[in-house]
Amino acid sequence: MLLAPALSVSAMLFTLGVAGVLLRRNAIVIFMCVELMLNAVNLTFVALAQQLGVAGQLFVLFVMAVAAAEAAVGLAIILAIYRHRHTVNLQNINLLKG
Amino acid sequence: MTWLVAHGTEAIFWWFGSLAMVSAALCITRRNPVFSGLWLIVTLFSIAALFVILDAQFIAVLQVLVYAGAIMVLFLFVIMLLNLGRQVTTDLKGPTGAGIAVGLAGLLLFQLLILRHAAPSEVITLPAGSVARLAQEQGLVASIARPLFDTYLLPFEVTSILLLAALVGAVVLAMRKL
Repeated sequence: MLLAPALSVSAMLFTLGVAGVLLRRNAIVIFMCVELMLNAVNLTFVALAQQLGVAGQLFVLFVMAVAAAEAAVGLAIILAIYRHRHTVNLQNINLLKG
Repeated sequence: MTWLVAHGTEAIFWWFGSLAMVSAALCITRRNPVFSGLWLIVTLFSIAALFVILDAQFIAVLQVLVYAGAIMVLFLFVIMLLNLGRQVTTDLKGPTGAGIAVGLAGLLLFQLLILRHAAPSEVITLPAGSVARLAQEQGLVASIARPLFDTYLLPFEVTSILLLAALVGAVVLAMRKL
């Protein structure tokens, strides 16, 4: 049974994703880190699916669909912001501050 | 050598697991977003290998097709469209920001590693190897497709609406000037 190693790797990958989001200022790299976090959660789902039935693998399918939708819309937003502000650095994007 | 035979699967698992973790660490520290994206692809492929070891071969194929194929191509396409490949200054935060980030991430890792020892209750646990046996009896795709179009039909249909909404939203956002 590889449940404990899989959960360890998943925890490490999720932590690296969180660290990336906190560490970077480039909006696209932050998006990549969010994808990394989603992948870590997928790994947990698949690891637990070994013991709890195939439904866990199905949820990975749904997570992938949500991730694809999120990536498409998010990158379109980044593209629109870049056209407006000519930067993807989050330090320079503070539209809500007015 | 005898250890490798006895723990062969676990050794391969840890090899790909370490590859995933190292390339994820490289992904979040590279200055150039293109290199970040390429290291993320290495991570995604390693996770696909982990899926194979964990008896989820169909999910591994989807991982390579959807993530490493479609989503990462989208990312690299946008990076190159915005011409971010030649970053002169780093976008990593300074010592204070990095300290806060590492501290918070370490706290989260500590909390998550406690959960590593969590085991599902015996009552709901299936006998060992039952998912692999189901895949062998019904076929790799059929063992996932049956519950998908039976028990989880409604979430599946909702997903299609979500993808349609994302499609329309992405086109509208990319067309209009904000």
